[in-house]
Amino acid sequence: MSMKTSTPAESSRNESMAPSAAARLRKVHWYQEPRWRRLGALLALAVTFTLMTGEEGTTRDLFLALREDFTGPGLWLWVGIAVLVWVVREFLSDQASGAAKWTKRTASGPFAAVREAWGSNASLRVGVLLAGLALAVFGPLGLERYWQQVLVDQIAIFVLLTIGLNVVIGWAGLLDLGFIAFFAIGAYSAAYWTGALPVQPPVVLNNFLVIPIAVATCLVAGVLLGAPVLRLRGDYLAIVTLGFHEIVYLMAKNAESVTEGVRGVKVERFSIDLGFFSYEWKLDPMPYYWVLIGFTVLALFLFLRLEHSKVGRAWTAIREDEVAAAATGVNTVRYKLMAFAIGASTSGVAGVAYASKVGYFNPENFAILLSILVLAYVVFGGMGSIPGVIFGAAFLVWLPEALREWVDPKDRYMYLGALLVVMMIYRPQGVLPSRRRKRELEMAEAGIGGADATGPAEGRQQ
Amino acid sequence: MSLSEFWDFLVLGVVLGSLYAVIAIGYTLVYGVLQLLNFAHSEVFMFGGYGGLLALTALIPETTPSGMNSVLYVAIGMLAGAALGGAVAFGLERVAYRPLRRHNAPRLVFLITAIGASFFLYNLAGKLFGRNALPMPAMYENGTALTVFGAELTVTQLLILVSAVAMMVLLDYVVNRTKMGSGIRAVAQDPEVAALMGVDIDKVVSRTFVLGGLLGGAAGFLFGTNSQVWYTMGFLPGITAFAAAVLGGIGNVRGAMLGGLVLGVVETMTVGLWGDDWRYVGAFVVLVLVLMVRPTGILGERLGRTA
Repeated sequence: MSMKTSTPAESSRNESMAPSAAARLRKVHWYQEPRWRRLGALLALAVTFTLMTGEEGTTRDLFLALREDFTGPGLWLWVGIAVLVWVVREFLSDQASGAAKWTKRTASGPFAAVREAWGSNASLRVGVLLAGLALAVFGPLGLERYWQQVLVDQIAIFVLLTIGLNVVIGWAGLLDLGFIAFFAIGAYSAAYWTGALPVQPPVVLNNFLVIPIAVATCLVAGVLLGAPVLRLRGDYLAIVTLGFHEIVYLMAKNAESVTEGVRGVKVERFSIDLGFFSYEWKLDPMPYYWVLIGFTVLALFLFLRLEHSKVGRAWTAIREDEVAAAATGVNTVRYKLMAFAIGASTSGVAGVAYASKVGYFNPENFAILLSILVLAYVVFGGMGSIPGVIFGAAFLVWLPEALREWVDPKDRYMYLGALLVVMMIYRPQGVLPSRRRKRELEMAEAGIGGADATGPAEGRQQ
Repeated sequence: MSLSEFWDFLVLGVVLGSLYAVIAIGYTLVYGVLQLLNFAHSEVFMFGGYGGLLALTALIPETTPSGMNSVLYVAIGMLAGAALGGAVAFGLERVAYRPLRRHNAPRLVFLITAIGASFFLYNLAGKLFGRNALPMPAMYENGTALTVFGAELTVTQLLILVSAVAMMVLLDYVVNRTKMGSGIRAVAQDPEVAALMGVDIDKVVSRTFVLGGLLGGAAGFLFGTNSQVWYTMGFLPGITAFAAAVLGGIGNVRGAMLGGLVLGVVETMTVGLWGDDWRYVGAFVVLVLVLMVRPTGILGERLGRTA
């Protein structure tokens, strides 16, 4: 009997002879230490940057870009920067964090003063807003023609689009990737009702009169598309809208007898004829700009009213806790559908305005990447924050135009994709966040609430 | 559509569907463990095509190989495609999704990241390898391999069918019979309890991505062999394969295989009836119909419960 039971001393010796499974699990190789892992990550990042900023490849020589990138000076530059960052981070972290703190302290002084004045002085707020509006309305008169075109064709249109998408993604917390499909529907509605398509409308209308029709069309299309999907799970909306966009795009491209296909459509520009007063919009971009400002201000007015109405509060409730919202009597599906349809109709209005500005468009003007651009603008500026999304659209349209001599226009989208990923990891609330949205995201990280409406709908728990 | 045409389109549909099935497995696995629509999976597929293309362009001789050499080059292409696909999927999980999981980020944030990553990856591929479509170098003399019900099956189609079926059988075995598979199923069922039972969730998630990436990459190579390789090639097959995953019941591996086959046939039948312009409309209509009628898919959701 004494032979079978081992003494404590013996068992500890056994353990030291053959390391236990736990000890093997605890063992950390040198390359698994945080310091070396961080170096590895930085080096991988350096290689990625080399590829991103490197040579443009061609299909004639597949390996050209890889060969040039890995033998050129760019790689060494990025690797050098990576190693430098790593050294500073690992060995000079005290000094570096001291410098960072000092910069933050010095820089935050003026900001804090401005913020306090902004918060306490109402007349200052009104004054600044009026001055900003005046600058937005009349300032562009002093710009070059090229920048005026950019401002109207891209910035103003995209601002309208981002304000619409903000309702869907920022307020209702849904991901809509087919936003541009409704833009296309708006543009083709304008073409149809002004008699520019091969199929003739029952009555030819003025461009401005098409707008309510386009709104109605997009509302109906949005409800028809959203209703089956939003009863289920919010995240299916993303893929279904993506598919919907593809269908609309294919229709525009292939149904030539209706849409002229890839040849494109010529649309009349804006005009007003009231008998005693008539005006036609011509090539000068500024009159269009003022029309678009008008639409934007109108949309802003309506949406800001909505945000603080029963509807807006229902959206907030759904975002923060869908189950609780449903339990307190909020019809979650209805409000989600409403947000989706409102976003769609805003996109439709933008589509009419776009068609009536450019005078000619084809299906390529409604490619899927535009949906993702608008998404990037909303996310960058700050989901749910009106000043944020306006800034996001204006800044991200302006920046690539300003850098067009240095950055190949075809690479823009790559950088925007990377920007989306980086923003989501480090600053999901955006550059100018909405205070409520920011708190929701923080609370979601702490495990409270959802901060979006992409989960399963009520009664369909998985 | 006459009967012989019907058989032609059916065979084509099964071949295409087996590819969709393999891609759909990648969506469904990731959805099972993370409840995430991994939009970037279509880019994993695309990089798989480029992996095969790069390896073969570098290695293949001027004259079309024959006999055992053909088999060798096919194997090289497929392995290279799978390897690059797996590597991209691994990097994607590491760089984009893992930090979000650490923060316990809302699902919307995951979706936006997925879309951003997809956008980044395909534009990066366009920049590195040019933006035109390229055919895969010829690995064998393509001709009729065998005839089924009067429908001719080319060597490429037979290759796709055989390798897709082989991959599906292998994956089914991995998920249902191995330790790694039971880890994946455990995390899909209940991540917290799985962690308490000693499952390393990070490792399981990473392996799930790699597994899906290997399959997606190989499918990309096969797709490229059948048509061409270009930087946006992942988009439409990606949506279709996702629809297939939903059709079969998302999170359910066998469901994804079934859904892929069904959608492949639906797609070729759409082409047969209404022409090539409407190729992708069928899949989308099926997706919306499924969501309306039976949102849990044909075989039901959830990796853990049904597979």
